[in-house]
Amino acid sequence: MSSSDTSAQPNSGSAPAVSLSDITKHFGRFAALRGISADFAPGKLYVILGENGAGKSTLLRIVAGLLEATRGTLTVLGSTNLRDVAMRVGYMGHAPLLYDEMDALENLRYFAGLYGIHDDSICSEALARVGLDPTLKRRVGQYSQGMRQRTSLARAILHDPELLLLDEPFSNVDVASAREMSRLLGVMRDLGKTIFVVTHQAPVMEPVCDESILISAGRLAERQQGIPPHLLSPYTQEVGK
Amino acid sequence: MTSPSLTAITRATLAKDLRLEWRSKDAINSMLFFALLVVVIFAFAFDPTAEESRRIAGGLIWTALLFATVVALNQTWARELRNNVLDAYRVSPAPANAMFISKAFANFIFVAVLQFLMAPLFVVFYSLRSVGPVWQLVVIGLLANWALVVNGTFFAAMSIRTRNREIMLPLILFPISIPALLAMVEATTQVLTGDSSPRFWIQLLAVYDVVFTVVCLALFETVLNAE
Repeated sequence: MSSSDTSAQPNSGSAPAVSLSDITKHFGRFAALRGISADFAPGKLYVILGENGAGKSTLLRIVAGLLEATRGTLTVLGSTNLRDVAMRVGYMGHAPLLYDEMDALENLRYFAGLYGIHDDSICSEALARVGLDPTLKRRVGQYSQGMRQRTSLARAILHDPELLLLDEPFSNVDVASAREMSRLLGVMRDLGKTIFVVTHQAPVMEPVCDESILISAGRLAERQQGIPPHLLSPYTQEVGK
Repeated sequence: MTSPSLTAITRATLAKDLRLEWRSKDAINSMLFFALLVVVIFAFAFDPTAEESRRIAGGLIWTALLFATVVALNQTWARELRNNVLDAYRVSPAPANAMFISKAFANFIFVAVLQFLMAPLFVVFYSLRSVGPVWQLVVIGLLANWALVVNGTFFAAMSIRTRNREIMLPLILFPISIPALLAMVEATTQVLTGDSSPRFWIQLLAVYDVVFTVVCLALFETVLNAE
């Protein structure tokens, strides 16, 4: 797909997991997104790249239902009403989205309750999957940034969502942990989940990435199979190299 | 995995809020010190007789509690903004009103604890002795508490995304609380002095509570998801 092709098509015959039609977002007079149209097939792992302020996080927040598009139509998992599919979507934000005064298991127990899950073993299992000790009683406020990120990922996946939206999941995470997290995402993709990852650390995601999307100045500038070499370097940090 | 119910999420969120407050004591400490300062300063500034105390105590008590409540209300939502935790709630299928009800109940409990702790101090510092039945003061206390926190929780949620939310909240909350404040002060004064029946003012307070609870519940989802 060339850089001029901004109206991307789905790559399989099945209904798209996410469909964007002319999505535009204005913050006052600033246009964060400018008419993005694209379909994303289910069961794939998409890596969203772009410079700071390009509109990546804004796009992810719109798909998550945290922001409303100024113009355009969004369909997620076959529904235009995002409340209807909230049970099937997981979101991990740039901030950890956790209470500092509670430990990881207490946090997950609370958030699991929001999805109707009342089984502690599911929370413990989610923590174990991201490489954390579920028995650790330390409060999240005393965690390292990397541990917070992993707890945040555990929170996002604990209800086994079909669509997972991750905004900078590897920021402040060491290389080994980041690779471990990306491997976990690969496993989830293989189980049929659709995953979107906004990151500046493209090399970490390269082994598991199905498609890369470049957002530039609020527009979908490029969409490619895997992560081509010219997208690996400009938007990456040293940690992934 | 079952659909989350309003009751279950309200209970879980209330328990979470009480646990966070128990561990941090942010709201209770600031409320307590603020109310304590008001009581002590006014007691020394006016040095009222027992009769004068009965006449001014209603106004004094509820003004002190109103200001102290604002301090707690800001703390309640500030906790949800730290680490953007509110986003995790907003993306979940949990009903918005569960968050509102649990926050209002949590604030109700915080203010009730404050009332319980401050009541003996008012009695001591102002030599208060109620001429009317004391049980009416309990009813007024509960209704007035709810009037303060139901609007306060709602308007605090409205102002969390504003830059000067500590200033914005009283600016929005105080004018709309005037009918309730008038009712709670008049009712309290009439019970303390025994001059006349506080019935009308208690009824006004009850109507205020019902109306604003319904309005807040109807509008809270819009406020929670406002950008």
